[in-house]
Amino acid sequence: MPTHFTRRLALLGGLAGALTAAALVPTPTLAQDTIRIGGLTTLEGPFAEPGKDSFRGMELAFEEVGYMVAGKKIEFIKASSNGNPDVALQSVRRLVEQDKTQIVVGPLSGSEGIRLRDYAKTAPQVTFFNGSSAAIETTLVDPAPNFYRFNTEGAQWTAALGTYVKKEKGWNKVVVVSEDYSFPYAQIFGFMGTYCSAGGEVPNKYFVPLGTKDFSSVIAQLPAKGEVDGMFVVLGGADAVNFLTQYAQSGGELPMIGGSITVDQTVLSAKGPARAMLPGVLSSGPISDNDPSPAWKAFVAAYKKKFPDGLPSPSLFAFNYYVSTKAALLGLEKVKGDLSDGAAAYRKVLDTLSFETPTGPVSINKNRQASATIFINEIVEKDGVLTTDPVTSVPNVDQFLGLSEAAYAKLGSPSRDNPSCP
Amino acid sequence: MIDLLAGFNGRLFLTVTLNGLTLAALYFIVASGFSLIFGLMRVVNMAHGSLYLLGGYVGYEVSVLSGSWLLALVAGAGAAALAGALLQKGIFGWMQGQDLRQTLAAIGVSIVLADLMLAQWGGTAYQLDLPAIFRSFVPLPVVNRYPMPRLMLIGLAVLIGIGLWAMLNRTRLGLLIRAGVDDRRMLEALGVDVPKVFLGVFAIGAGLAGLAGVIGGSVLSISPGEDARYLLSSLIVVIVGGMGSLSGAAIGALLVALAETYGLAYTPTYGVVYTFVIMVAVLAVRPQGLMGRPA
Repeated sequence: MPTHFTRRLALLGGLAGALTAAALVPTPTLAQDTIRIGGLTTLEGPFAEPGKDSFRGMELAFEEVGYMVAGKKIEFIKASSNGNPDVALQSVRRLVEQDKTQIVVGPLSGSEGIRLRDYAKTAPQVTFFNGSSAAIETTLVDPAPNFYRFNTEGAQWTAALGTYVKKEKGWNKVVVVSEDYSFPYAQIFGFMGTYCSAGGEVPNKYFVPLGTKDFSSVIAQLPAKGEVDGMFVVLGGADAVNFLTQYAQSGGELPMIGGSITVDQTVLSAKGPARAMLPGVLSSGPISDNDPSPAWKAFVAAYKKKFPDGLPSPSLFAFNYYVSTKAALLGLEKVKGDLSDGAAAYRKVLDTLSFETPTGPVSINKNRQASATIFINEIVEKDGVLTTDPVTSVPNVDQFLGLSEAAYAKLGSPSRDNPSCP
Repeated sequence: MIDLLAGFNGRLFLTVTLNGLTLAALYFIVASGFSLIFGLMRVVNMAHGSLYLLGGYVGYEVSVLSGSWLLALVAGAGAAALAGALLQKGIFGWMQGQDLRQTLAAIGVSIVLADLMLAQWGGTAYQLDLPAIFRSFVPLPVVNRYPMPRLMLIGLAVLIGIGLWAMLNRTRLGLLIRAGVDDRRMLEALGVDVPKVFLGVFAIGAGLAGLAGVIGGSVLSISPGEDARYLLSSLIVVIVGGMGSLSGAAIGALLVALAETYGLAYTPTYGVVYTFVIMVAVLAVRPQGLMGRPA
């Protein structure tokens, strides 16, 4: 059957032609005079507001250098996740495989960071800078050589708080209310690590799934005032607002200390009755809204000027993404934008990079995990705006919380049940 | 097992049960509108969650401007009803009878609406202030005291349930709707202006979503992503209860909400699974839903 044969041949020829054509067209993205930097955050789900603010932080860092580094133009490509590690992985794949980004800054939340660290190992040509994700494992357990975290993580943020609450406030018994994933585990790990060794007790921990709306079943189980001294609440974004409202509605009276993202601008600027619960609450984290240092004030001023409709003060997400992006840019400047040879020269520079951030110096260790300043904060209300006031600050908090690496390893890895001191 | 019984806390159990009932009330209000629209028009309105969110946001704005919660309730329901009517008139009406196209169009609308609302109201969580009389506690035996706003939810759901029942069974519109559910073509043949009835039903269903948005925004909070959550809960509720049945929506809401709250209280890790287990069980044994009629 000659006709049949010809038709098939023609089809094959056409296909081959199409393939050759595709191979011949140069990929426009690899032009030498631009550097493609991908940003990954959560613009959907419970961390939508923190996500918006984290891109503000990145834009601030780009703005400082006029979107140019070492004579090359920066192309900023945004990608979004909803806080779910699988979605984050999909988005980062798109950034790397389709958009051909050479540098990725992100993600925002704990478990996403762990997933990206694993992905980083399969994409060695790309350099990853953690966004604000703060799970301990990301840089502790089997870290990826091309994944840098120039921010402190969840345990570093709260370690100082445990000692403070036991020694200065004299609280002997505290219960924990927390979302059930890696970042809160890290926060609880840091807090309980120092709190328990100072002699405090944590009789119970209450975990809820991320994105819980109705906290009433958990609130019903919380001990009354008098049975314990207070509660440590590690919830973020809309979850925190929901919990606080319902706790107030149910007449709860336990004094509260907050996790780093519970007492962040993204929660403090929420609208509604939850605000009444907040003044006086203690927490700790990598930033303090009312930090009097000139560097911080300049950062806040730049943020407010660029984003008049942003938050009243940059959130820790804006700050962390800013610092990470800045680290990426400083490194690029030092190697004159040279990302050839699998970014070998770039990585070498990054491995020893240290610089001044708005909250003080930051440096990284052999796991590519940052040491930086941590603040203990109290929430204050001024002219109807809630902000955090620094009570004290601890400079240069490192990954091992001041212990030797071996002693730190003995604490085990954070989980729902570790640490425990009932 | 003995340990478990010894540790059994009657107060906790009762509180959790009450919580389940109040959550069921909220689910019922959202899902009844969803079910109503489906029952008559066979449209799976995937934008139902967006209408919930829209109602909540509009309610918030109105309550800030006017300081009145009741006005917010009316405005939220009104805005959602209007949006629903516009959707029916402008989009779904053009593809009447083509269920799949309508469903796909509705998904598209929900994505667009979600982004528009994110642009307008941002990602922060919003809450409406309840009137002072609701911000109190009701003394109850065993539980000691229970927050008023949550009890109010049950009251509202019962009112809405009775209202809908009366509307369906005692009014001419209800008559037309019931006739339409049974045989849409026959109703048309009898000379009834079916598009007009559709418009009315869509507005009522959407208005219920908006009303629930204001209530949900007062008792809980509203933020981006809620649209998908309430759409999902409505879907599960009507799949369990039976599409297009009011009593089905009530029973479905009860089952789903109780499963969720007991799950969260007693086995927090697996809380999410139970609702889906219920759905799978119902689909396996009675695919048309507990109160649904075979298609």
